[in-house]
Amino acid sequence: MEMAWVWSGMVVLSLLFGTAFGRLDAVANAALEGAKSAVDLSLSMAGVLCLWSGVMEIMNACGISAGLARAFRPVLRRLLPNACRDEETLAAVSANVSANLLGLGNAATPLGIRAARRMARGCGGTASNELCLLVVLNTASIQLIPATIASVRAAAGCQTPFDILPAVWLASVLSVAAGLTAAWLLSHRRKER
Amino acid sequence: MNLSSLVIPLLLAAVAVYGMGKRVDVYAALTRGAEEGLTVLLRIVPALVGLLTAVSMFRASGAMEWLSGLCAPVLELFGIPPETAPLMLIRPVSGNGALAVASDLMASHGPDSYIGRVAAVMLGSTETTFYTIAVYFGSAGITKTRHAVPAALAADLTGFAAAALAVRLLF
Repeated sequence: MEMAWVWSGMVVLSLLFGTAFGRLDAVANAALEGAKSAVDLSLSMAGVLCLWSGVMEIMNACGISAGLARAFRPVLRRLLPNACRDEETLAAVSANVSANLLGLGNAATPLGIRAARRMARGCGGTASNELCLLVVLNTASIQLIPATIASVRAAAGCQTPFDILPAVWLASVLSVAAGLTAAWLLSHRRKER
Repeated sequence: MNLSSLVIPLLLAAVAVYGMGKRVDVYAALTRGAEEGLTVLLRIVPALVGLLTAVSMFRASGAMEWLSGLCAPVLELFGIPPETAPLMLIRPVSGNGALAVASDLMASHGPDSYIGRVAAVMLGSTETTFYTIAVYFGSAGITKTRHAVPAALAADLTGFAAAALAVRLLF
């Protein structure tokens, strides 16, 4: 339901502000452009999505993902105890976390989706606590080497584009901690109702 | 050459060689997985159409700039430079938009200025939250997202405040 509120709110505000600022033409165009750009984005994502889903399949077939799963199990067992009971879900989450850490956001999304689809089975369209946690982990960026940001800084004429790394790590740790705490608190609050 | 251009070819080659070593038909596995990727894509498109339509309208209407002005005094209370307000508003909904706003901030204030650094750390410590939520829940067929949105936004807000704090502490 939250997405319904966000979506309706944005559309209504766009109408109000567009009218107030005399920009209704632009808003009308933007609605059509936005829908078009969604399909463009999906198509440009398609290749990457298929490629990394395929790589994940190879990793499953030759035992690499089982190795990753072993490495991450001690941490993930505490965060996602139910998901970890299913070997293949654990493997997908481990691969998702590894890709995030490497800064391969394009690879992380297909792998995370794989895990999410397995975790959502048989839940009738309602997100479980653990699925919310997986999504929060992926919305709070946990990357060791933010290569994209470094390249933007370099493009702006910075001599030492990577000197912000410690600051990025500190801010990331704090934001991940806040996300996990909020998810934990909110899941308990909803349960008591 | 940057590091990320080494990681991807190396990863692909390593997986292929390791798989061949284990006598796995890596090509068949690759195409099998890619086929699954296509079915996932079909479920993502509707969610993205909904999200990007609203985001695009919102930006065109001028609501974004108005909200930025409104947020500025509140941000100063938390030690966040008010110039970064547009970045914080666009970050959860559009990755490319956020990158453009941040490049603009770095170009006008300098990449090594306080504002330029805070903008970079903000980009690095947060994600395109609503896009991620739309894609994950869309592909998994979830309609009741429960506490995912508020928890993810709490992480983003903390990330923004922590970015300003971290830059002040470390530079």
